[in-house]
Amino acid sequence: MSFDDAYEALTDHDDDTRWAYGTGFSDPLAGVPTAVPDGVDPADLVAYCLMLGDDALVMSHRLQQWVTRAPELEDEMALANIGLDLLGQARLLLTRAGEVEGTGRDEDALAYLREPAAFRHVRLAERLDDDFAHLIARLLVFSTWRLALLDRLTTSRDPILAAIGAKGVKEATYHREYAAGWVVRLGDGTDVSHTRMRAAVDGVEPLAGELFEPHQVELRLAAAGVGVDPATLRTEYDDVLAEVHRVATLPPPPPLQEGTGGRDGVHGPELVEILTEMQELARANPGGVW
Amino acid sequence: MVNAATVAGSVVDPELPFVTLADLGIVRDVREGADGIVVTITPTYTGCPAMEAIRDDIVRALDEAGFGRAHVRTVLSPAWTTDWISESGKAKLAAAGIAPPGAAPRRTGGPVPLVLGGRSAAVTCPHCGHGETEQLAAFSATACKDLRRCPACREPFEHVKEI
Repeated sequence: MSFDDAYEALTDHDDDTRWAYGTGFSDPLAGVPTAVPDGVDPADLVAYCLMLGDDALVMSHRLQQWVTRAPELEDEMALANIGLDLLGQARLLLTRAGEVEGTGRDEDALAYLREPAAFRHVRLAERLDDDFAHLIARLLVFSTWRLALLDRLTTSRDPILAAIGAKGVKEATYHREYAAGWVVRLGDGTDVSHTRMRAAVDGVEPLAGELFEPHQVELRLAAAGVGVDPATLRTEYDDVLAEVHRVATLPPPPPLQEGTGGRDGVHGPELVEILTEMQELARANPGGVW
Repeated sequence: MVNAATVAGSVVDPELPFVTLADLGIVRDVREGADGIVVTITPTYTGCPAMEAIRDDIVRALDEAGFGRAHVRTVLSPAWTTDWISESGKAKLAAAGIAPPGAAPRRTGGPVPLVLGGRSAAVTCPHCGHGETEQLAAFSATACKDLRRCPACREPFEHVKEI
């Protein structure tokens, strides 16, 4: 077959099977071995996969909320695609959590049917963005930290976490570049954009404290060679943020705050708002596919 | 006689239907298992929704070619890289107006370096062949492509990013 361009090729057929966005997505880990590494408490591995999976799931939802609201069409596409990458990581991690847990919960049950207190993400992921500069500041913090984390995970003794890390590094590299590019453009832009970017980093960056506070689960898995002690990511994170601030003509990053218990299920009203929207369809139509 | 690997490799990508899975390097292995053909594929991006359609398309193509019900396994490691796209695949992308990827960046240890100010300015325009083009957006219609513009012929185009 030959086509003048990619779009003609896509629209040339009436066949619905051509379209990727179909019905009933199935297990993204189909055919991947599922053993738990020696010396690891399965409950810890479940909790860890939920932590990293929920960070990605909730952040992805917040990014999707920007579609139709971003300043330019190109940025809507960027935010939607970054959200899609994170959703893909969340699917793998939640599927892994469900498999190791062994009570029959799949990715959908974990995403759509858990109560707020069962979510294990950091507060940064759920924060409502005051404006585009706040979103960009949040994405810079999130992607810088996550890129460093995924990079360390590539040497995990758990082959699935190692594979998720190797794949995610490539994706997160672009996420961080996108966010850093906007921080520089706004920080080193007009007086107005500089003022708003500065307010955004002052408002958002202190929340990064929680990202580097090791949870007991993280410490046990790090000792077992499976997880990452997030405190070890701090130097790389500080170096990247200092460089972005410098190029963006922003003052050095503000001090970090202590976390408020997101890893233990303590969340604010913002999560309830997110889950009301995210879970509404699944709860109203149990088992439904489209 | 066409073998199963050829059939699986000939399946077209659901979102880039002018290139095959073999062109893209998505099919990693095809072999005869105890209860049928086993096809091993690797996802391009973890969130890529096309993977579901690709699995279904492989099973359907092998069934229609008389190989029975195939099993499709996913491997996450080693992670897919654009370096696995064949030369003929790159030529087909260019012919369809999508700039193919250059060589993927090689890691040498240490933290992933921060790049500010856009990357790979040397992407060639697939319309007029001009060698220097500018990035308009880091992500376009799919996560795997960025959106660029040619300063010579003024045409916008997509480019498969190196990963």
